[in-house]
Amino acid sequence: MSAASIAVLPHPLLAIRGVTVQYKTADRLVTATHRVSFDVHSGDRFVLLGPSGCGKSTLLKSIAGFIAPTEGEILLDGASVRQPGPDRVMVFQEFDQLMPWKTVRENIAFPLVANGTDRKLAREKAESYLARVGLSGFSEAYPHTLSGGMKQRVAIARAMALEPKILLMDEPFAALDALTRRKMQEELLRLWDDVGFTLLFVTHSIEEAIVVGSRILLLSPHPGRVRAELNVPSRHGEAGGEAQSALGRRIHHLLFDEDDAQTAAQAGKTVSRRAHG
Amino acid sequence: MASQVLHRQAPLERAEFIRPVAEVPADLRIVQTLPWYERIYALDPIRQFSLLLILAAIWQVYALWLDNNLVLPSFGSTLEAWWDSVARGPLLLRAWTSIKLLLMGYAAGIAVAAILTLLAISTRLGTDLLNLLTAMFNPLPAIALLPLALLWFGLGEKSLIFVLIHAVLWPLALNAYTGFQGVSETLRLAGQSFGLRHLRFAVQILIPAAFPAILTGLKIGWAFAWRTLIAAELVFGVSSGGGGLGWFIFENRNQLEIPTVFAGLLTVIVIGLAVESVIFRTIERITVRRWGMQR
Repeated sequence: MSAASIAVLPHPLLAIRGVTVQYKTADRLVTATHRVSFDVHSGDRFVLLGPSGCGKSTLLKSIAGFIAPTEGEILLDGASVRQPGPDRVMVFQEFDQLMPWKTVRENIAFPLVANGTDRKLAREKAESYLARVGLSGFSEAYPHTLSGGMKQRVAIARAMALEPKILLMDEPFAALDALTRRKMQEELLRLWDDVGFTLLFVTHSIEEAIVVGSRILLLSPHPGRVRAELNVPSRHGEAGGEAQSALGRRIHHLLFDEDDAQTAAQAGKTVSRRAHG
Repeated sequence: MASQVLHRQAPLERAEFIRPVAEVPADLRIVQTLPWYERIYALDPIRQFSLLLILAAIWQVYALWLDNNLVLPSFGSTLEAWWDSVARGPLLLRAWTSIKLLLMGYAAGIAVAAILTLLAISTRLGTDLLNLLTAMFNPLPAIALLPLALLWFGLGEKSLIFVLIHAVLWPLALNAYTGFQGVSETLRLAGQSFGLRHLRFAVQILIPAAFPAILTGLKIGWAFAWRTLIAAELVFGVSSGGGGLGWFIFENRNQLEIPTVFAGLLTVIVIGLAVESVIFRTIERITVRRWGMQR
């Protein structure tokens, strides 16, 4: 990126600067991402897309403040991220992110109260966000009585109610059945239209990335490095649908053909192509 | 061979169809109430109380057939002796002495277990300490410590409370620790994401999430404490004030008042049953069952 183009762009909401994240297992130190840089701007639906092993979930955890990067910097609104906090709420893939001992409304209200919101106001906010995700009638229900899709809706409402600077989502629909997943993607877009939040969304599905995202960061695996950053065309109209299909093919090409090329290069059959990558 | 050839054929072509969904008959009730006897049978207290009645009836019949009040007094004469001891004798006072002591020992045991578990979940050395101490002391019967306790604390409540703490501490600490270990990573991360730390994190996330295991520990601890106390009173007789239920049983056995001995045993059983099926069951119903963490 040249100096001129930086000057034109506004100040990014979230800036990832040369971030390397490593995590320890019992007997080894794994480098999940290596010197990854990108910017997320206010109002983006920014998607981190890549095959398993590209460190996208680890990177998201690092942005959430759960894992400190070993190198580089994560800046939210110019301030360095050091620990988890309610300005970057995360929606997880697992259904057990809701507290089973709290009703749906209490689940949404208690993080607000814990962060200093008045109880009555927290209650009202909880109700209003529940209504937004279409679960008004369920505020007294306990999470174990809800279906998977409803649990994820509550988790999304809970995260949105905190009104974070950026909403982090780690494959939130991956554990849902295909029909429900499709519906939830549509609902998320509708919420974005209504409320206008900034979204950082991790997925390994090309199709989901194109449906949900406005901009897609492609990561290549082992360790995760930036491969491309692409704009998603509007899906309205026949031309839009066509453009999206073309983008899907492009992403597929970028993710998988490169793999083939690398395998080939490692096998010593073609050496010249690697120099370009 | 013939079937293999068949599998290679293209799927059979059939005509498609689309039809309006059939009307549901007006008299079909999609959700129906169960008949009254099934609803009554589904009530836990009814089933359990019936079982108790059957057991009492078996006891009564066998005792009448045996006809030996020194070996096995009948249910009827036990009830009679019980009423007698309650109305004119010291049974209520004895029971109260035992319960008071038990509650003090139980509370102290919970406090020590809380400290030890807190240490265990916050530092690795604390974990090792808890594991080591539990492995060493859990198999040791509390009653075996009583002679030592009497030496250290003298004949009285202090010694009994010491052995009660020993009885409650290990099963509770072990269960609570296992419960904390089992709190899901997602719940922990979610709690941290909302900015909860340290004590607030423990109170708002860890303790409720581990509550099923903590409750199990409390129940086991209660049972251990109860049986330890009665045994201690039986073996060492009067050790505090007027003595408790164990002393009551011991005293009446010496006087060969066997129906009264049975009345004392019955009281021990009834108190244990009441705590289990009223107090702990209620706690379970309004917590872990309602939360869907236990069936």
